[in-house]
Amino acid sequence: MGSMHLGSLIDMVESGFGERVLMGDGDRTVTGTELGRIARAGAAQLDGYPALVHVGENHPLLPVALFAAAWAGVPFVPVNYRLEDHQLNALVARQPGALVLADEHTAPRVSAARTVQVLDDWLAALPGDPPPSEPPFDDDQVAIVLYTSGTTSEPKAALLRHRHLMAYLLGSVEFGGAGEDEAVLVSVPPYHVAGMANMLSNTFAGRRLVYLRSFEPHVWLDTVRRERITNAMVVPTMLSRIVDALGGEPADVPSLRSLSYGGAKVSERVLLDALRLFPNTGFVNAYGLTETASTIAVLGPEAHRAAVESDDPLVRRRLSSAGQVLPMVEIEIRDELDQPVPDGQPGIIFLRGEQISGEYATGSLLDDQGWFCTRDRGFLDDEGFLFIEGRADDTIIRGGENIAPAEIEEVLLRHPSVAEACVVGIPDEEWGQRLAAVVVLRPGHEATARELQDAVRVELRGSKTPETIEFRGSLPHTETGKLLRRIVQGELVAAHS
Amino acid sequence: MPLTVKPGTRLFSAVCSTEMIVVKAPGGELDLTIGGVAPVASAADRTGSGKVADGHGGGVAMGKRYVDDADSIEMLCTKAGDGVPALGGTPLELKEAKALPASD
Repeated sequence: MGSMHLGSLIDMVESGFGERVLMGDGDRTVTGTELGRIARAGAAQLDGYPALVHVGENHPLLPVALFAAAWAGVPFVPVNYRLEDHQLNALVARQPGALVLADEHTAPRVSAARTVQVLDDWLAALPGDPPPSEPPFDDDQVAIVLYTSGTTSEPKAALLRHRHLMAYLLGSVEFGGAGEDEAVLVSVPPYHVAGMANMLSNTFAGRRLVYLRSFEPHVWLDTVRRERITNAMVVPTMLSRIVDALGGEPADVPSLRSLSYGGAKVSERVLLDALRLFPNTGFVNAYGLTETASTIAVLGPEAHRAAVESDDPLVRRRLSSAGQVLPMVEIEIRDELDQPVPDGQPGIIFLRGEQISGEYATGSLLDDQGWFCTRDRGFLDDEGFLFIEGRADDTIIRGGENIAPAEIEEVLLRHPSVAEACVVGIPDEEWGQRLAAVVVLRPGHEATARELQDAVRVELRGSKTPETIEFRGSLPHTETGKLLRRIVQGELVAAHS
Repeated sequence: MPLTVKPGTRLFSAVCSTEMIVVKAPGGELDLTIGGVAPVASAADRTGSGKVADGHGGGVAMGKRYVDDADSIEMLCTKAGDGVPALGGTPLELKEAKALPASD
């Protein structure tokens, strides 16, 4: 007995959302009935292609391409259009024979494929009446291939099969659960797992998708007001820019019911500001990885409220947690010897469940019992709230003590003058590694290294206090806001040796 | 009429507006009905005659899922209607699910 296939989602959308507008913009809107028709028409055009690659900006009808690939039973492969030409083509070349759909700026840059079409042209040329087809759906087919950002090595191709994605949807989203007036603003890029999850979950919920082609905080705020957006998802760097753009004034977005954030760690100061400036919006923190088919833990609006209002430091700190693990996902925190640790103790996060893929084109990383090692460190509190400490590879070992950089960065970020902070370990003859920090100050603010070191020493202890603190104008990030620690570390090691 | 279904199989009530999709099913032939009558494979196959049988009405709601006692079969309602699905003559029960906040 198998499970469902994303192709079934097309059947469901036609049945449940016939007249409901699901996507599109001023020029062209698409209802459930139309989505079914054009996705099938698109699928018929994919005959003979082993995959559908998309390389370009967000597009109001991009989900049509994903659903066409699903109906045709071929993988949808979104590629980062911001890569250099040779990197982009190296990824395209890993899908030989694929049909490549691109935006008009990117199409001329694609040299590694035989068939490249502009997405708008491809959509315009689809036949009005697709031939009837009932493809034999296999839930074990690969639905989406996502390339990891590959900051330290060659990008890896993570595979999400139909059964993983349907398990996520069936387990966490109610079909048709959105009201007819609901609309979601998508500003995460399509080649990120959050962009794919956005598309699928909101279509499944029956919530209209509105795309922001590229993020700018004032455009984001204007779009929320103009389109009467009810739901939005942002990465922390976007949230921080929105908060800055508001300049302390409340956001005035009466339609916005839910604002979710994830993809990287958010600073507590930005979050508290955001909660204050969006007083009528529910906040949701989502944690997940590409290999887990998106979200596996959620901190919902009530948990945010409870944490902010509590005097109990153990409840209060949940504001910086990833919330509780979804009911259909199992979690274990294990030590270096692979043994489960008691609640409250940090270790490596392991996950198991139907949505957990843990698979790359080179093979599956799931163990015999189906567990996936996330290589993220974290701990659970006594009510199951999950706290993420960062990548295990980023852990600093100073004099035999394991130190999570995130813990120190959090203290630095609480200082009113600090906008960004990065703590890394650099080789040290005496201690193995010693702590070094790089800090970006907020515009118009000042702080000394001594002052920041004292702040860490008071809150944590001497062994966790950075020996050096350097001030810079900016820090390197991925587009979704993940700090590129390896780059910072490399620069510091080079400077200190 | 015995039916073989699998995840993704769509079932249309022959006597009302109910439309279901199979989420989970045991193998082999099953005695499935919607509204007490054998379902059809598409909306076009509805004959327009007949009505929901006694004990098989009461309604299903879009997005809700329905299961049997043994949890062997699960169906999701994609279009609401009066007729309720049944296995072996016993109507399926609404599966209670905890609503999660929209995270993406």
